[in-house]
Amino acid sequence: MDWLHEFPAMERQGLRDMKKAIDLGFREFSRAYGEGIENFFEPLLFFLVWLERLLINSPWPIVILVIVSLTWIVARSWLIVVGTTLCFLVIGYLGMWEDTMATLAIISVSTLICICLGIPLGIGMARSDRVQFVITPILDVMQTIPSFVYLIPVVMLLGIGKVPGLIAVCIYAMPPIVRLTNLGIRLVDKEVMEAADAFGASYWQRLFGVQMPLALPNIFAGVNQTIMMALAMVVISSMIGVRGLGLPVLRAISNQYLALGLLNGLAIVALAIIFDRVSQHYGKRLQQHRQGSLDD
Amino acid sequence: MIDVKVEISNLFKIFGPNPNGIMGLVKNGISKHDLLDQHGHVLGLRDININVPAHRIQVIMGLSGSGKSTLIRHINRLIEPTSGEIIIDGEDVLAMSQLQLREFRRSKISMVFQNFGLLPHRTVAQNVAYGLIIQGIKGVEAIERSQQWTERVGLAGFENHYPAQLSGGMRQRVGLARAMATDAEILLMDEAFSALDPLIRTDMQDVLLRLQEELHKTIIFITHDLDEALRIGDQIAILRDGAVIQVGDSQEIIMNPADDYIADFTKDINRSRVIEVRSIMDNAADASGPELKSTMPIEDALQILINATNNTGVVVDDNGKIVGKVDLDRAVSAIARPDKELQEGLRYK
Repeated sequence: MDWLHEFPAMERQGLRDMKKAIDLGFREFSRAYGEGIENFFEPLLFFLVWLERLLINSPWPIVILVIVSLTWIVARSWLIVVGTTLCFLVIGYLGMWEDTMATLAIISVSTLICICLGIPLGIGMARSDRVQFVITPILDVMQTIPSFVYLIPVVMLLGIGKVPGLIAVCIYAMPPIVRLTNLGIRLVDKEVMEAADAFGASYWQRLFGVQMPLALPNIFAGVNQTIMMALAMVVISSMIGVRGLGLPVLRAISNQYLALGLLNGLAIVALAIIFDRVSQHYGKRLQQHRQGSLDD
Repeated sequence: MIDVKVEISNLFKIFGPNPNGIMGLVKNGISKHDLLDQHGHVLGLRDININVPAHRIQVIMGLSGSGKSTLIRHINRLIEPTSGEIIIDGEDVLAMSQLQLREFRRSKISMVFQNFGLLPHRTVAQNVAYGLIIQGIKGVEAIERSQQWTERVGLAGFENHYPAQLSGGMRQRVGLARAMATDAEILLMDEAFSALDPLIRTDMQDVLLRLQEELHKTIIFITHDLDEALRIGDQIAILRDGAVIQVGDSQEIIMNPADDYIADFTKDINRSRVIEVRSIMDNAADASGPELKSTMPIEDALQILINATNNTGVVVDDNGKIVGKVDLDRAVSAIARPDKELQEGLRYK
């Protein structure tokens, strides 16, 4: 009756061999293809480095001016514009300008990647139940697997640096935009879709004329969530060599510097709030036609 | 002989996992209830045969669940049939390829929906132009045609409003203008006015009838409201449990209901307003008295008959030719409900 009290596990030798085989196999794989994959991501690295340098090397008043004008164009709210200016001034005054710019660069690039990959994926999921059936569990894994676990193969493949960090951020931050694009398209009023069909709309006319515009509020919620999750990964990605606000936080943890951790942490929060408010305002602005008000 | 525009024959629709396998049972006349209970399939339509006359308003009437919305969606194939054919201008809609179907929907047929189906992110003008934009008509022509239809349905001045800023009746005017703007010959209206309150509904019926007087489109109009059916329908088909139980004009439906089911729900209508003198006249070539048009409702004829000598009038057709006579007694008894409905226990269950 031994097997009742002790789980009949695989014998040690076999287990060890299995793990070894996986490790070796992956090592072989990364030796064989690592360089190729690295080259594949080269343009991404260039873009990221270019953006980071641009943000850090440009005179700070110009950077603030550009950011604030973007905020105004997108959100059209004085409150947000004033808040954003104040945040960046305080961040700069407290000596976190460069780190903030580095973080801004990686967040922007990873959000861009997530949008470019995530929205088409979401559209594919909305189009076919089978695709949804396949992708949903993958998204579940991406969101729940501890980041450290997928950092291992990424680092084995690409080493330590910006690109692995970027990939890690994207893996974690992409699911919401995929999910919400899918959801948004599936929630489009059935009768409006029927009307488009009845007038002979083609697939693309339906997608760009009806589904995407009507799904925009949800897609925007997805973008918003993606940005928030990318920011949440700032500290973890700094563990594999990404510069930015995460690095000082990491240093603060290991050395118990309370003030350093707090300041950099608050800077991340400030960025998060700015991104959130701006994207939410933009989403609301897109929805103006839904309100019954008569002023155009 | 009236031209037939849409010829629906032997149309069946069964919802469920294996509709083709179950067709045999349905053709042998299994009841809707048994089909669902024993085989897990829902009978949508059973052997529909309707010839829709060209340039007329064909009403398809039925209570909810009778399959009327399913039927109208077969005509432009928003729903695929299980078997049957729908011939429009010599072409079987159900045999069209996807490309042909799209072309057919763009040019020949358009549709108005119960809950309007407007694009909430587009203005009135853009919504009206939707069918044109889908067809690839751009710029000035689309704007002009959209403008023209917006005005014709009485929405001038609202071009730049969004649907959310309009009332229900106005929204359906947009729906109607959108359907008219493509100049399609066939117009499908799926309970188009059912979501509107009664006054607005009558208003919209007037708009439709007025447009129809000029345009002579072939209109297929779905409704659950008998008054509406009688008011606008040139021909009425009544549907129950997915099958047609009577096809005829308003007079036939009222005067000769095919079964108790129809008799039961025609009994609450205002008979004096619906029944026309042609339905109650006696054939006679030599009568004398005031002239009554054959399509005059009894309601209008009563006063004339009361004032006439012998309480009798002659019925004349559109050309003024005498086709019959009618007297007051007959007119009054036609307004009274048929005898059998006064007995108890005949209510349809």
